[in-house]
Amino acid sequence: MVTYDIDNISPDMSFLEMMDVLNEELASKGVDPVAFDHDCREGICGSCSMFINGEAHGPDRLVTTCQLHMRKFKDGDTIFIEPFRANTFPVIKDLVVDRSSFDRIQHAGGFISVNTSGNTQDANAIPIEKSNADKAFDAATCIGCGACVATCKNSSAMLFVSAKVSQFSLLPQGQVEANERVLNMVKQMDDEGFGNCTNTGACEVECPKGISLENIARMNRDYLKAKVSS
Amino acid sequence: MSSVIQSSIIKKFAMALSGLFLIVFLLQHFIINITSVFSEEIFNQFSHFMGTNFVVQFIAQPILIFGVIFHFVMGFVLDLKNRGSRNVKYVKYKGSSNASWMSRNMIISGLVVLSFLGLHFYDFWIPEMKYKYVEFLPDDPNRYYTELTHKFEDLTKVVIYVVSFGFLSLHLLHGFSSSFQSMGVNNKYSPIIKIVTTIYSIGIPFGFSFIAIFHYLNH
Repeated sequence: MVTYDIDNISPDMSFLEMMDVLNEELASKGVDPVAFDHDCREGICGSCSMFINGEAHGPDRLVTTCQLHMRKFKDGDTIFIEPFRANTFPVIKDLVVDRSSFDRIQHAGGFISVNTSGNTQDANAIPIEKSNADKAFDAATCIGCGACVATCKNSSAMLFVSAKVSQFSLLPQGQVEANERVLNMVKQMDDEGFGNCTNTGACEVECPKGISLENIARMNRDYLKAKVSS
Repeated sequence: MSSVIQSSIIKKFAMALSGLFLIVFLLQHFIINITSVFSEEIFNQFSHFMGTNFVVQFIAQPILIFGVIFHFVMGFVLDLKNRGSRNVKYVKYKGSSNASWMSRNMIISGLVVLSFLGLHFYDFWIPEMKYKYVEFLPDDPNRYYTELTHKFEDLTKVVIYVVSFGFLSLHLLHGFSSSFQSMGVNNKYSPIIKIVTTIYSIGIPFGFSFIAIFHYLNH
């Protein structure tokens, strides 16, 4: 751990703006800046992976690090900033971690196959129950930031994988490959070395998008059904 | 087959299933034991039936022992795997801000319950097995109540039992409802499952503690 002192931080600054100020100061002194991931800065891309004062994305709820404001801290506070830690998220530099294990899980089945030969049915012509559509949309809001893995005491990726499975399995377009999808994505998750879910619920609390544990139960159900029928 | 055993979801499902089986057993155990508070005769009748019935002794009992061993071994296997999934620990980790103590420390409460089971087996199960299958002593349908009350004459033992039941309560408060989540049940009935979990997890260990204290005070 390295300690930096920093002044002139406005309570209205975002956490990443505070990091920018810190890095400008470090650069002006000829010191290497602190490397951290960021892109959209509006809670969509899921890049800003920081573990702040013992919590993924800091003390606020339903926000990413870029949406966290300095007003959440007191003047004179010492703020602990760490990268998301898990064997499956190796640290590249400082606060930047490699989350390509999530990409490989997605590649294993996080998609639907669509016939594009000209006879594709209009998606809007397929009736979908409102509650299922809502749940699928809720699951699809997962931005894959990795806060669930970072905060879970077991480094489990069940919330992420279950959201990605659910967003398809709840819709008719995703049901065709539902069994194959859940089996392949869970296998890839296990192969990557993520820990087991022990239902502490920490992931749901820290998830910036409020992905529900209901998705994990659904995935467990879908997986067991798929295993029996395979 | 190996993919089934290695699957994290299958392991959790098996863990949940064995946990629920033990929960059902615990309820049956409690129902029989609580009769000792009200009637020596009824307790002896129940105990004699359980101790001499062929199905209970040679089918249900081995299944129960397998269930207990499986639950503990699988618990350790999962815990070791989980601990190994984060080699570099956080300098600051605020687990209490997003998860209950019970859910984060199932291995601790489980270890206390396992130690207690060792003592419980030493107190009751081993002497019972020795009586029936080693020494082949004559069948006495009226010995069970006396054996039970004799065990609770020692205050230290009663304190150990009550503390262990406290940890059992903490273990159940997370484990009971969690097993439903592991088996894929999270729906409109989940709030009812939570209520049943709370009632069972506090009520049953409290009842067992009451039995121990009752017999200590009445010896």
